Amino acid sequence: MSEMKVLVAVVLLALAGPPLERSRLAAEPALRTQESRPGAAASQQPSRRGPGVPAAPLGRVDAGGVLFKKVGCYQCHGNEAQGGLSGPRIGPNLFPSTRFFEYLRKPTGEMPPYTVKVLSDQDIADIYAWVQARPRPPAVNTLPQLAR
Amino acid sequence: MSRSTRSKPGLERRRFLQQGALAGAALVAAPRVAEAQAAPAAQAPPPVMTHAAEGAEPADVLTLRDDERAGSDFMVDVFKSLGFEHFFANPGSSFRGLHESVINYGGNKSPELITCCHEESSVAMAHAYYKVDGKPAGVMAHGTVGLQHASMAIYNAWCDRVPVYVILGNYADAAIRRGAEWYHGVQDAAAMVRDFTKWDDFPWSLTHFAESAVRAYQVAMTPPMAPVVMVLDGELQERPIARGERLVVPKLSMPVPPQGERGAVEEVARMLVAAEYPVLVADRMARTPNGMTLLIELAETLQAAVIDQGSRMNFPSRHPLNQTLRARAAVTDADVIVGLELADYWGTVNALRDQLHRSSRQVAKANAKLVSITTGDLYIRANYQDFRRLQAVDLAIGADAEATLPPLIDAVKRLVTADRRRLFEERGAKLTQASRAAAEAARVAATYAWEASPVSVARLSAEVWAQIRGDDWSLVSSYYSNDQTNWPRRLWNFDKSYQWLGHAGGGGIGYGAPAAVGAALANRRHGRLSVAIQTDGDMMYAPGVIWTAAHHRIPLLWVMNNNRAYHQEIMHVQKMCNGRNRGIDRGEVGSQLVDPNIDFAKLAQSMGVHAEGPITNPNDLGPALRRAMAVVKKGEPALVDVVTQAR
Ligand code: HEC
Repeated sequence: MSEMKVLVAVVLLALAGPPLERSRLAAEPALRTQESRPGAAASQQPSRRGPGVPAAPLGRVDAGGVLFKKVGCYQCHGNEAQGGLSGPRIGPNLFPSTRFFEYLRKPTGEMPPYTVKVLSDQDIADIYAWVQARPRPPAVNTLPQLAR
Repeated sequence: MSRSTRSKPGLERRRFLQQGALAGAALVAAPRVAEAQAAPAAQAPPPVMTHAAEGAEPADVLTLRDDERAGSDFMVDVFKSLGFEHFFANPGSSFRGLHESVINYGGNKSPELITCCHEESSVAMAHAYYKVDGKPAGVMAHGTVGLQHASMAIYNAWCDRVPVYVILGNYADAAIRRGAEWYHGVQDAAAMVRDFTKWDDFPWSLTHFAESAVRAYQVAMTPPMAPVVMVLDGELQERPIARGERLVVPKLSMPVPPQGERGAVEEVARMLVAAEYPVLVADRMARTPNGMTLLIELAETLQAAVIDQGSRMNFPSRHPLNQTLRARAAVTDADVIVGLELADYWGTVNALRDQLHRSSRQVAKANAKLVSITTGDLYIRANYQDFRRLQAVDLAIGADAEATLPPLIDAVKRLVTADRRRLFEERGAKLTQASRAAAEAARVAATYAWEASPVSVARLSAEVWAQIRGDDWSLVSSYYSNDQTNWPRRLWNFDKSYQWLGHAGGGGIGYGAPAAVGAALANRRHGRLSVAIQTDGDMMYAPGVIWTAAHHRIPLLWVMNNNRAYHQEIMHVQKMCNGRNRGIDRGEVGSQLVDPNIDFAKLAQSMGVHAEGPITNPNDLGPALRRAMAVVKKGEPALVDVVTQAR
């Protein structure tokens, strides 16, 4: 895929996206992918930004793909961010970048934290851009292997 | 009395006496233990023996006479009486006597020898073999080096509460040991596994052997079941049975598993019928295929949620009341939770957060009533910590859960009123909806990364399912992913007791590959299609099991889930990297299986097995599986190596 730029805003915790029932998520990561996600609205647009909050770096899809592998996101979330048994699906079109940033910096469940020291805001913006650029899957009913 | 100081007439002396001085005399031929005690009065006096005569070699006596039998022949009589159909063994000289008796005297049939390339494989094969249809298998091994190899697998079986009948060879008498037998000799062979076996013995005579062999079987098979060890002295195996020695094969009398006390069972029934949201959680519950039938009946009577934690095949995966895919939600909603043979009750109702600073919290409601029914309460050992954290419950019934279900069902049925039944039905309808939604979400989740290479594990599971769904199949191994919610459990329709065989028990890697072979052997006589989703790291522990499957013509479809890593460990190390905040891009170091990549197809081919791969394009998988299935249906193993994503 050609380089696609996605504008990502870094937003402070105060501007976090829809609240999540973290306690349950944390306890049961394997189930995350299976239950519908209230408030998990698709969001590719720039997130709201408070006064004085600097604009987020632009995400670079290709760099994000490399990082997704290099810093271990793939281990728990699958090579395509599709979700595995250890971490839920994280894209595309699941949540705004605000939540993405927030969760990496301060996870509330089993996910290990990624601090600024080891993963810059630019890195996160890149990863987010790559996750958002994942292709849509085929419709389930077109796949005979998944027939009930 | 210590074994090293006991006085024991040697083979030569026995033969001498038997054939020379005292033909047919019962006294001399009596078991050694009896010799140490008072001799019966009316017997002939013992012969006068000089030291020289005792030590003299009857060099002319080199073979058994036609009317004679060896000690290990009698051992085979006893093993046959116990119904053993297979012995798994890597050959070893300390049980050469028994080995010969099995193949010649016993005709290599019931038990039949299965040649294994590692003792850990032997035990894991016997472990999974038991789980297919509830019959234990024997494992023969050296009492020293063999048991050392076998010990991890015995620990797995112990943690899984599965009976494995371990038979060890050992030469007790230092005076007759050959050179190598000194390395293979030990005073107390079973000591090294005594913390994780239920019982062991080292019989001194054939009568002692017979009783202990039967006792070992009873002990192993009485819930809570567990491995047992019989140490068989080399000389006891090899020396001829003295003529006139009266040997009896004891009758096996299996104790009936304990049923819950009546008052307690009625109390549970009252709690369940009165509950708004009762949840039945089963782990090692289904001891027999009837266990699942009973749990269905109880769940349907109550229209209660069921969570199958997966150590056994407890409940059909697509039953509308099955809430396993949303287990935590069900536990959170519950007002009564009944745990049926739970290995980890605490972990069922609590969550441990694994971060730099660990923390835990209860996930069940504070006022939820907790009941446990388990034989785990009747037996516990120190040292190894597989008993888990202590969970306070409101009612603990120390009994076998499967045996307790019939009276519990009856008690529940007596208490159900028309009003309650209406409520139950409403509850059942909601649960049906929730389980359908969870199953549908799983199907949709499997579509993501559908075309990806390496192949997603969801795609792999879907492709295998598409091939086997019309057959009488059995998933003989797939255990490294979360047991309750791994991809086959999410996508396939499990409704027979032999379709899901749980997992390693102790989490010891290296179980999967041999377990698949042992289970496939047990499935063979039923003509079932055995399928294993086989991880690469596990296979590399002892790949000789592929040869065992080929040699013994054990039909088995091996589908490699080859993620080229010990992936679980990568995630653990990544957690450490992140938590310590000093480098997050080296988490894979030390846990990957790359450079060079392992060619599992070549590995299998080298042992005479049809194999294809490495497959990296998911669209190549279906046709490869079809070709492999054709081989398996002809009665042989086949392997398809698929390069996959993590899990
Ligand atoms: C060791 C496993 C692991 C690794 C590595 C990991 N995650 Fe996660 N992640 C999880 C788990 C588990 C959750 C579910 C919530 C929880 O328990 O923390 C999660 C949740 C998330 C969420 C929040 C999902 C939501 O619904 O709010 C995001 C976003 C996320 N991860 C992104 C990433 C990214 C990006 C990386 C790499 C930089 C990464 N994760 C690395 C395990 C992991």
